[in-house]
Amino acid sequence: MTSATADAVGARGTPGVPAGPAHPSEDRRWRQVDVRIRRLGARPDGLIEVLHTLQQLFGYLDDDALAYVSEALGVPPSQVMGVATFYSFFVLKPQGAHTCVVCTGTACYLNGAKAILRALREALGVEVGGTTADASLSLLGARCLGACSQAPAVVLDGEVHGKVLAEEITALVASHA
Amino acid sequence: MPEPDDAPARARHHEPVLPEGPVRATANVCHAAGCLSLGSDLVFDRLCERVEASGTDDVGVRRVGCLGLCAQGPLVKVPEHDRLYAKVPAEPDELDQLVEQFRSGTGGLVVSEDPFFARQVKVVLRHCGSVDPEEVEDYVAKGGYAALRRAVTEMTPEEVVAEVTESGLRGRGGAGYPTGLKWATVAKSGEGGHKYVVCNADEGDPGAFMDRSVLESCPQQVLEGMAIAAYAVGANEGYVYVRAEYPLTVRRLNSAIRQAERAGLLGTAIADTSFSFHLEVRIGAGAFVCGEETALLASIEGRRGTPRPRPPYPAAAGLFGEPTLINNVETFASISAIIERGGRWYAAIGANKSRGTKVFALAGAVERTGLIEVPMGLSLRQIVFEIGGGVPGGHRCKAVQTGGPSGGCIPEELLDMPVDYESLVSAGSIMGSGGMIVMDETTCMVDVARYFMDFCREESCSRCVPCRAGTVQMHRLLDRICSGLATRADLERLERLAAMVQRASLCGLGQGAPSTVFSTLRYFKDEYLAHIDHRTCPAGVCEMAPFEMAGSGR
Repeated sequence: MTSATADAVGARGTPGVPAGPAHPSEDRRWRQVDVRIRRLGARPDGLIEVLHTLQQLFGYLDDDALAYVSEALGVPPSQVMGVATFYSFFVLKPQGAHTCVVCTGTACYLNGAKAILRALREALGVEVGGTTADASLSLLGARCLGACSQAPAVVLDGEVHGKVLAEEITALVASHA
Repeated sequence: MPEPDDAPARARHHEPVLPEGPVRATANVCHAAGCLSLGSDLVFDRLCERVEASGTDDVGVRRVGCLGLCAQGPLVKVPEHDRLYAKVPAEPDELDQLVEQFRSGTGGLVVSEDPFFARQVKVVLRHCGSVDPEEVEDYVAKGGYAALRRAVTEMTPEEVVAEVTESGLRGRGGAGYPTGLKWATVAKSGEGGHKYVVCNADEGDPGAFMDRSVLESCPQQVLEGMAIAAYAVGANEGYVYVRAEYPLTVRRLNSAIRQAERAGLLGTAIADTSFSFHLEVRIGAGAFVCGEETALLASIEGRRGTPRPRPPYPAAAGLFGEPTLINNVETFASISAIIERGGRWYAAIGANKSRGTKVFALAGAVERTGLIEVPMGLSLRQIVFEIGGGVPGGHRCKAVQTGGPSGGCIPEELLDMPVDYESLVSAGSIMGSGGMIVMDETTCMVDVARYFMDFCREESCSRCVPCRAGTVQMHRLLDRICSGLATRADLERLERLAAMVQRASLCGLGQGAPSTVFSTLRYFKDEYLAHIDHRTCPAGVCEMAPFEMAGSGR
């Protein structure tokens, strides 16, 4: 953001609050994004935090979102894109309604994570990092979820399933896809 | 991806049962990640209901952090009778019987007599499994924040640094740099200016869950350690950098900070003195390299997490260019005990140049996986066989992997060596942050080397060529060996490349990437040769590529 806009009076309400850039759409979730940006002082170092907020609210980061953050925090678009693509947690395309994360940490790997991934890839017809054609489910791999004592572990919609067997988990996941 | 915030879910849960009068038994229900994944929240709710329905007023039910024996969750501990109940079911009828056992002190296992617990010495984990991780009052009632109060009201910053130096504590993130020395350096730099204290909770090593367990079990203990550090080095601001993969940790940390601020234990005018310390949580975004300190600082500044050459070290020029103290979760969690009981007391534990205790996440082919804390100097064999109960399924222990992707595999015949920084390095591994994976004979060591190289290849930040290109080439060579397509010349190439990447890489990720190759070649070269010369995988893990492809070079 330029210093001129930073000093301006908030266009959408409270005097004294710096005006953010225009929202990409009428969607009310942008107001929540603004709240987060304001709380972080609208400084460049808040970039990763704001990207987290955006992904949490919209599910993924699209071009509009990245452009908005760039302007609101005064970070060049190239740098925003650089950060969004550097960190594997950020996704730039829509995800499925359900997510299935297969842990591939050491304990899980030694306990059969490879077989689980293979079974899921075959059953769902998607690669790791992909989403089913009907956008019902995304299949993801994770480096380690810290659930090593329950290896192999699979997280379906945020719920950890420990000591899973390939056939069992495939059937369960397929019922969500 | 893990859900970002499930705070409302808490509202659905039962309130703890805390009778006002004397109790005969308190059921401490584990609410750390392992037991939660096995349904301990449901056990807790049902247990509360059954106790209330029975009309008794002498049994309490509360939530606690990690009870350690993760393999056998959900766990319930009854401290009044020193008993631990494993695999607790959520069936109401069975719970009614269990409540009777809690009250009479029967059933379960006796904690102080069980080898899993008897061998352990708890400093970092001393409050794990006894305090409610979401209630600061509970931590304070157990003596929490007494060390911080003492430090800021009775000690000078120099005295605090001296106490930590005397303890002999070394960085528990893995490198083992003397903590007291680091604190003294930061205290001396940038006299009077702005400084930061940063907690590295970016626990990226696969197979490690110590930091997660500590933060989810007793977040206040880490915050207290950070505040003491801030007082000692003259900082008033700090950050906890935690992985996005740990949503529960993030939630408990945020809540712990808010509660401590309300209680006057963090924030402005701590313990009614002029000392203030403001803390914020920063969430990582899935980059292993951010565990490296300069990359971590770049990430807190909102940038790509790529490391930079040192010096200058963060102690001189760190976050936003200011002097910064960075320590790992476990290091900070050790501080309050050192201030309470003195550096000399802490230094009396341990062996050789490694003082105190170390927390390990014991996993893999071992009967009793879980979270343990042992005095430095205990042998690997004692850890695997006495504490861990040995290898299940009649299998033989083949190796123990420590130190994650930068560590190595220690063969069975060396298990009698003591666990300390120097011994592990001389055996070709490192202490690392505390992941300890037991491997049996069904594990192929070449496949393990390939697995860790795949990890390093994917996680390389691409800033320096030796790491970016070297890990890709080493992975390709390892893949050819595993597929039975390699020649002995490939093996030589691998060794040369590994030596180069180790020497020439910019940061610990690249420098450590070849270490699993080195240690497996040192102890398990016969397995490499079996793949190359005989196209067989002795462990029966690797699938050989079709024979006609052999010799084609790919």
